Amino acid sequence: MHWPIDIIVLTFVIFCAIAALSVKDLLGTAILFGAYSFLMCLLWTIMGAVDVAFTEASVGAGVSTVFFVAAIFRTRRRTKD
Amino acid sequence: MRFFAFIVVCLTGALLLYGTGEFPDWGDPNSPASLHLSNYYIENALNDTGAPNFVTAVVADYRGFDTMFETAVIFCGGLACFLLLRDFREKKDHYYRHIPTGVILHVKDSQKPLTIGKEFGYMDKDWVPPDLIIKTVCRILIPFIQIYAMYVVAHGDYSPGGGFQGGVIFGSSLILLAISYDLKTLVKRVKERVLGIFAAAGVLLYAGIAALCMLMGGNFLDYSKLAPLVPWNSHHNIRAIGMLGVEIGVGIAVMAVMLIIYINIVSEGRHDEGL
Repeated sequence: MHWPIDIIVLTFVIFCAIAALSVKDLLGTAILFGAYSFLMCLLWTIMGAVDVAFTEASVGAGVSTVFFVAAIFRTRRRTKD
Repeated sequence: MRFFAFIVVCLTGALLLYGTGEFPDWGDPNSPASLHLSNYYIENALNDTGAPNFVTAVVADYRGFDTMFETAVIFCGGLACFLLLRDFREKKDHYYRHIPTGVILHVKDSQKPLTIGKEFGYMDKDWVPPDLIIKTVCRILIPFIQIYAMYVVAHGDYSPGGGFQGGVIFGSSLILLAISYDLKTLVKRVKERVLGIFAAAGVLLYAGIAALCMLMGGNFLDYSKLAPLVPWNSHHNIRAIGMLGVEIGVGIAVMAVMLIIYINIVSEGRHDEGL
């Protein structure tokens, strides 16, 4: 039975999403978004969609996190709201 | 206003959750999605195309036209990033680091930039001394990441992966080079012109293979008509070979576009200094 792993990962996904929205530090948000993508990748793997998981790991957790960090590097690190 | 927005978000979320209740269960064999089309793909993809991974068969063959325009969309993304951010104005001031002594030179209005080598190094306001451990680890790691990326592209017919993932991994290996050394190291090795040509050539390779099928007397993207071009192939997997060519095109385009986006974002379009 794999449903407990499913529930645990889903809880972490929701936790990461709320944390990424509420953290004031944008660099932290980028890292939390990467963690969110990686947990989504685990979720796809659990559901058997390995191709989607691969894309999520390489694009979501890998390269888009780097793009966010690059954009923050050129702007400010703190949000105003 | 904030309170009102919060109410709207909550209502939309509640509606979405309510709508999700009507969905069929996960993996339900009687759901509409798995009654008609999925069964056909699972049963016939190997015979039709010769590619064991039927996700790749669906993406690159059954709906190859769709994937071709996805690649074109990625190309347009890179193009938009280039057009919005690229800044061709040359900077007047240049800073150089005299490596043996560590003295920093400030050259104003220089017509001819100093040659970078053993004596002088680049210097900018974000410059930090390169860390020996990070540099060494990345130097050892990057070739393996690139080989893995090519494996992902070439093995897309048999295992998870394909052009898009492989291209992203190849692009991130070069981004790792830019992060572990500095941006100038990357820009010097991978010219901007080459990146632009690669991004266009990937899309052209896809469309070219598709048009070649037409020239050979078939429909657009009908890979089975390519068989006379590979006479040594005795197996009936000519469609898988066509898919491989198409995936290589996608990989090249995605790799170049990822680098274009990264370089333009991190240097504010000036391609000189950055993360």
